[in-house]
Amino acid sequence: MFEQVLLAGFGGQGILSAGQLLAYAGILEGKYVTWVPSYGAEMRGGTANCGVTISNRSISSPIVSDPEALMVMNRPSLEKFEQNVVTNGLIVVNSSLINCKVERKDVQVMYIPANKLAEELGNNKVAVNIALGALIFLTQIVSLEAVMESLGKVLPPHHQKLIAINQRALKTGAQYFDHLAKEKAG
Amino acid sequence: MAKVLMKGNEAFGEGAIRAGCRFYFGYPITPQSELAHFLAKRMPEVGGTFLQAESELASINMVFGAAGAGARVMTSSSGPGISLMQEGISFIACAELPCVIVNIMRGGPGLGNIAPVQSDYFQATRGGGHGDYRLIVLAPSSVQEIIDLVWEAFVLAEKYLNPILMLGDGLLGQMMEPVELDEEKEFFIPLRPWAASGRMGGPKRIINTLYIVPEEAEKHNFKLNQKYKEIEVKEQRWENYQTKDAQLVLVAFGTAARVCKGVVDYCREQGLPVGLIRPITLWPFPDKAFDYILSLGTVRYFLSVEMSTGQMIEDIRLAVDGRRPVHFYGRFGGMLPVLTDVVKEVKKLLLKEEP
Repeated sequence: MFEQVLLAGFGGQGILSAGQLLAYAGILEGKYVTWVPSYGAEMRGGTANCGVTISNRSISSPIVSDPEALMVMNRPSLEKFEQNVVTNGLIVVNSSLINCKVERKDVQVMYIPANKLAEELGNNKVAVNIALGALIFLTQIVSLEAVMESLGKVLPPHHQKLIAINQRALKTGAQYFDHLAKEKAG
Repeated sequence: MAKVLMKGNEAFGEGAIRAGCRFYFGYPITPQSELAHFLAKRMPEVGGTFLQAESELASINMVFGAAGAGARVMTSSSGPGISLMQEGISFIACAELPCVIVNIMRGGPGLGNIAPVQSDYFQATRGGGHGDYRLIVLAPSSVQEIIDLVWEAFVLAEKYLNPILMLGDGLLGQMMEPVELDEEKEFFIPLRPWAASGRMGGPKRIINTLYIVPEEAEKHNFKLNQKYKEIEVKEQRWENYQTKDAQLVLVAFGTAARVCKGVVDYCREQGLPVGLIRPITLWPFPDKAFDYILSLGTVRYFLSVEMSTGQMIEDIRLAVDGRRPVHFYGRFGGMLPVLTDVVKEVKKLLLKEEP
């Protein structure tokens, strides 16, 4: 069961908001949740990351230093956090922007071309939610429905019109590995 | 009411608005800046005043002025900024005016870093500035508790006419947690016969911080001291967690207390009788919690877990007064205590195991 995930990318990709989506979904499911951003100098224009904990028990330390699942949207984030993932953990890699392979052999690695899929949907900015959809499908940390519902809480009032495309992005991501598996089987 | 996700820093702001605070003066410093960001937007919505001053010195003296005029007022900063405010805080304490000051600590000494630490404990609990005075110090350990304690802070400030310091760290300020926001409670502003807001035909109202005649200064110090003694008796707050049959009692506040709760749960699953005292008021320090636990007779050791090189441990030793050994485990400079490391310390004491 997954409880602690780390989302990482560069500033502007929507990493912190994606983490909040997970956290809100956790609230909707009646869980304890915490969300901790990287803050300070490194955040401005550089890498952005946030750790989200979703648990049935009250959360002692909110710091996600050894994530069970890592979602990386750019290469510096993969290089920074690859070694921190627990053994048998999961790494979801945005293969649109990360042109190398994960070196570790003791974790499950799933590659998804999030930006390419986002462009196919007509909006490059929803790439983060494509990766998030995949992360949710692979970890079942929260339900996709709860995340869909959370969009209304996390998107600011002037972005509420983007709920629909973000929901499509989440679905696209969630179905990606499902489809791949079926294609292989078929 | 539905739960909303809120940052600790924002919760200080929202809690203050709900408690009827209508004046905020401050100067930005990480890791508390979101508090000011939040109030810059929120204060005007309720007809309040948000002002970014030119420095921390100006901020605290604006707080002094507003409090003297009878306003419900707050400021916030982080370590170095709080140090700059100490002169003003001493004056406010001397003048016996109510206000709330938030310190989201940063790693020091010096300019330090913005990672979570608890190294301003001494400064907070010993007054902080010059002169013989105390602040009531509140230490929340979750975002929900921030909201609840800010209300409490303004009540205490006006009950005792004393500045209140709320102590948090960067992690508490930056993290988001769900909070339950009740319907806004009606807040009550007591009469302020002491406020320099016009004599209205009555006697002169004077706010004084200068007692040049020693006899008068001693009388004023005596009066302040009576107040502090009353606070020590009436306002100790703490949380006991699994202390009833505990042989080892951890003592921790704020973020360190969160980690320690995890330690207690982990140890209990392994059958180790471990508990936690979490001081909520750091001053007055909850001596009573220790008297109570010692009266149960099961406790063999206390272990202070702090994000400093050991500051609260002095108050624990004063409270325990030699009745049991008090040990220490700390991480500092912005490093957090890790659950497994604290468990190792616990086992070292309880099982005499060397790691």
